[in-house]
Amino acid sequence: MLRDITLGQYYQTDSIIHRLDPRVKLVTTVCYIISLFVVDNIVGYILAGLFLALVIKLSKVPVKFMVRGMKSILFLLIIALIFNLFLTPGEVVVSFWKLQITKEGIRQAVFMAVRLVFLLMGSSVMTLTTTPNQLTDGMEKLLGPLRVLKVPVHEIAMMMSIALRFIPILLEETDKIMKAQMARGADFESGNLIKKAKSLVPLLVPLFISAFRRANDLAMAMESRCYRGGEHRTKMKPLIYKMRDRLAYGAVLCYLVLCVVCGKILW
Amino acid sequence: MSIILDHVNHIYEAGTAMEFAALKDINLMIPDGQFIGLIGHTGSGKSTLVQHLNGLLVPTGGNIYYNGADIHDNDYNKKELHSKVGLVFQYPEHQLFEIDVFSDVCFGPKNLGLSKKEVELRAYAALKQVGLEDEYFYQSPFDLSGGQKRRVAIAGVLAMQPEVLILDEPTAGLDPKGRDEILDRIAGLREETGMTVILVSHSMEDVAKYVDRIIVMNKGQVMLDNEPREVFRYYRELEEVGLAAPQVTYIMQELKRNGFDVDTDIITIEEARKAILDALKI
Repeated sequence: MLRDITLGQYYQTDSIIHRLDPRVKLVTTVCYIISLFVVDNIVGYILAGLFLALVIKLSKVPVKFMVRGMKSILFLLIIALIFNLFLTPGEVVVSFWKLQITKEGIRQAVFMAVRLVFLLMGSSVMTLTTTPNQLTDGMEKLLGPLRVLKVPVHEIAMMMSIALRFIPILLEETDKIMKAQMARGADFESGNLIKKAKSLVPLLVPLFISAFRRANDLAMAMESRCYRGGEHRTKMKPLIYKMRDRLAYGAVLCYLVLCVVCGKILW
Repeated sequence: MSIILDHVNHIYEAGTAMEFAALKDINLMIPDGQFIGLIGHTGSGKSTLVQHLNGLLVPTGGNIYYNGADIHDNDYNKKELHSKVGLVFQYPEHQLFEIDVFSDVCFGPKNLGLSKKEVELRAYAALKQVGLEDEYFYQSPFDLSGGQKRRVAIAGVLAMQPEVLILDEPTAGLDPKGRDEILDRIAGLREETGMTVILVSHSMEDVAKYVDRIIVMNKGQVMLDNEPREVFRYYRELEEVGLAAPQVTYIMQELKRNGFDVDTDIITIEEARKAILDALKI
């Protein structure tokens, strides 16, 4: 039922991508997202697609797993498609009633869709191959310099890691409560919008209560382990760049240069 | 009139690295009015199995029949099945949500589309059945004690007046007194109404006293299925899968080995007391 949402879920397997330093993966993801917005021609998108395909292949995460996560943005995708298709001015290709599809519109819509899909896939590759702990370790280290500006880097990283860790837990909990209420005859599917919204009360109230209970328990557990923020905290496994991480940075750099070059030549 | 499981399989996350066969070729027949203990270690598939019985989970293979009809036929009324086969989940108090105890118990029967009066009558009867005193009826369910909350949650399912009642670990996290209270209530209820009861547990002590049949699950399969006495004869096999016979059975075994003429098939403390006294008289 709710198992289809893959965002923020880790896929356990052993691959070169899984073993990369989380900082590399974070930087790569950011670069990749930027590249998606920089490129504006077919060659660039083909390049982006190839890069993504290569990373997915190397990560050994089944493609099926990633496509499943795509269902959650299907609605957004369709809206973006429709708006771009009909509302971009330019050379008219087809027109009926008050609507017209333009050449630029088609171009824009296709690019937008591809961009969204790549965006989501790119970021899910990162979350699927990196445990939340690694991810926040990486983030903390990357944002480290901001500490000079009194940014609570460690606290932000900890909050993120807790939030990420709780996504699957809360999903599981939702599934459980949903089943329990269905066993009591609750109906979450039929009826109009208002009835549907009302039917969510038996689900949301227990869910919030359990979220607060879990937060309480977690705070207590952290306190009893003498957690007191980032000050003087050392790591058991400090992040150190290895050869493969440097190579990966090199590969990403190559990709970025290629993207820019493609843009220049064809524009 | 019964539940029949025919070659039921259930595989979670099929086709991924997390693929896990929770149920493997389960064949069971559950006649009306039986009191069944479903025993198994954590992860043996017992919770998955009971969620199949009221149609919440769809088997990945095989069929389930309730009173002769396949519950996954397209025209089968699933909602009615939920009311006929009442399932009380683990930690059922986590599903409470209403502003007071009484309205929470009303939730189930209200979903059945009954009249307001009928709903309230059923809720009242259910709360009486679980032995909750009137003074708590209009309190917030969140202000009650753990044992009371659990009883309210069980009443929430009872108010739908199911023909089959399934309780998944109803005593988890309760103290011995709360545990005995709940189990005695359930046993009493069954005597009163004659409904089928399936008690899921990992504790032999809990079920030995009450049930007429024990189904032992291990790694998604039915390992033993018989009367309690017969099942506990295999206490060595049970130990191998992380379960055990009731402690009193071990005591009787030990006594026998030390030369006392006692019956080793004993499973409750009352029986043991009688047997030991008889043995000492001679």
